[in-house]
Amino acid sequence: MSAATVRIALVGNPNCGKTALFNLLTGGRQKVANYAGVTIERKEGRFVAPSGRTLQILDLPGTYSFDANSPDEQITRDVLEGNYPGEAAPDLIVCVADATNLRLHLRFVLEVKRLGRPVVLALNMMDAARRRNVVIDVPELQRRLGMPVVETIAVKRDGAQALIERVDGEIPEGATAVVDDAISRADLHAQVRDILGATVSMPRQTAAMDDALDRWALHPVFGLAILAVVMFLVFQAVYSIGKPMTDAIGDGFGWMGEHVSTLLPPGPLQSLITDGLFGGLGTVIGFLPEILVLFFFILALEESGYLPRAAFLLDRLMMSVGLTGRSFIPLLSSFACAIPGIMGTRSIQDPRDRLATILVAPLMTCSARLPVYALLIGAFIPMHHVLGIFNLQGLVLFALYAAGILGAMGVGWVIKRIHRDKSEHALLMELPSYRMPKPRDIVIGLWERSTIFLKRLTGVILALTVLMWFISTFPSPPAGAIGPAIDYSFAGYLGRGLQYIFAPLGFNWQISLSLIPAFAARETAVAALATVYAVGGDAGTGGLAHALTANFSLPSALSLLVWFAFAPQCMSTLAVIRRETNSWRNVTISFSYMFAVAYVASLLTYQIARLLT
Amino acid sequence: MKLPVRLSDLPKGATAVVEHVHDAHVSDPIAQRLRDLGFVDGEPVRVVAIGPLGADPLLIQIGSTRFALRRSEAARVTVRQEAA
Repeated sequence: MSAATVRIALVGNPNCGKTALFNLLTGGRQKVANYAGVTIERKEGRFVAPSGRTLQILDLPGTYSFDANSPDEQITRDVLEGNYPGEAAPDLIVCVADATNLRLHLRFVLEVKRLGRPVVLALNMMDAARRRNVVIDVPELQRRLGMPVVETIAVKRDGAQALIERVDGEIPEGATAVVDDAISRADLHAQVRDILGATVSMPRQTAAMDDALDRWALHPVFGLAILAVVMFLVFQAVYSIGKPMTDAIGDGFGWMGEHVSTLLPPGPLQSLITDGLFGGLGTVIGFLPEILVLFFFILALEESGYLPRAAFLLDRLMMSVGLTGRSFIPLLSSFACAIPGIMGTRSIQDPRDRLATILVAPLMTCSARLPVYALLIGAFIPMHHVLGIFNLQGLVLFALYAAGILGAMGVGWVIKRIHRDKSEHALLMELPSYRMPKPRDIVIGLWERSTIFLKRLTGVILALTVLMWFISTFPSPPAGAIGPAIDYSFAGYLGRGLQYIFAPLGFNWQISLSLIPAFAARETAVAALATVYAVGGDAGTGGLAHALTANFSLPSALSLLVWFAFAPQCMSTLAVIRRETNSWRNVTISFSYMFAVAYVASLLTYQIARLLT
Repeated sequence: MKLPVRLSDLPKGATAVVEHVHDAHVSDPIAQRLRDLGFVDGEPVRVVAIGPLGADPLLIQIGSTRFALRRSEAARVTVRQEAA
């Protein structure tokens, strides 16, 4: 075979390190983590092998078997057999197996072998296997399986050397294809047992470290306490580590804005640059440190293997509100952004559980809401210390996150009531071995997130900010007009129109107006408010926080916070719901229920807070 | 050798050997998945942990793998306990 391009597909059980190998081979930066079901789409990459041939690598989602009952496993099978529309069969299948867990993984290797196509087995995580004194007789394994076997360590720089040499060489012959039926499937386990008995010696079944950690992490009392402490510390850290950096960046941009404005002649352009760009975008970019602190913890938790443990502890609770333990990881990633969270629900097999998770995922406080929360909390909530250790601002932030979670539980419970069905929903979730998070993976994850954030900032947020500035500045007031100029602008009219809807919630016209760009990207609400107040001349010297405290009351601020906790926002999220569920009906349901919940909750907050203050 | 029991009836820390997985209804996908994951005759299993709320789910170790199974899923697995 001397074709210019060799097509290679990576398959294997979930969480055996296929994507880490893929990244190592192709120099890719696909997301890796330590739980089953990280890769939810096929990914493609290529590299040039030493022989000069181009190897095209296809990374497929992990699967335990080729059971025809499960649609996604059927897809993997179709891809491998060349029956998938628009996808030629790969020239070579690289079956990846976790060397520390061969009893489970070899069964799938045998299933792949029965497809009758050329297969190479990559024994991955050989480093962990050696640490645990697992001894594998590779030549014998190769002989018994009837396929080439190579050792790999996907987390080491040269860990795929043997694999590259093997796939760059001659393509091995496939075994004879075997028809799939229940009897021959049952027989696979017996074969695995024979092979393991002859080729693998394992001093103990599990890593001693896992047993020791799980004794605490899964303990009925301590386990829950540890989970609560971990979650609480993450959100406190976002505030106490991120906030000082945010303030420094905000001050820096304010200072730069002032200096730049002295260089420009007064007029619309000066106002666009100082108010719109430095005031608006500067405020938003300041929240990058807080977002990164949050991501740091989410990435570290994902890599450690702790998250499936949390899912185990919370499964029963989540089941009682119509979700499943499997919802935990997609919901936790929704704290970063609902979009990957909603896409991550593909790892939930049950359609009803999956839909429920998709519908509540946007209620998790995504990182785009942080700038809004941080701005309002910073402006309106005093920096008191509570019980000597917590600060009040951190507690309010925690309460907002909690409101999202409780809201999700309430909505899940309602869905369960409406959508009664007696069918059973499976959990069947593998708990991986613990692993020390790799600094490199975390740095890549943070880097990717910063890039996305800056792209949004210089793309959609910048465009909207300029637009907000434009509609707040033009048209100019008619000659002889009394009142502030902004009242005569498009923004003034539009905002006052919207105020008919939002006045009962305590929103003035400026806030009502800022809700429109927030629908495109939530952070833009901050930039929009900054622009509107700066153009209106209310900002003075104290910056946006000062302008806010001068222009609206505590009840309005609380009501706005609550609005942001529940409101249907961000078109991209709705677009992803449409794509993932293939239904406009679900988009409509999701938009309307969130609008209703947000409206009622803000209304109550405003009216009650007004009575109390 | 003791009488067969359901995996869901074992206490925390107990070990046993799988006898078979029965279908809760015709062509039960959960039962098929359990068999694919290695719950077949002769495999040793251990109850590693039990969930904090309502003693659900169960964490079952089979081979080197730990699976979280809900009680209803574990009830499909019949096991025999070796005499102590």
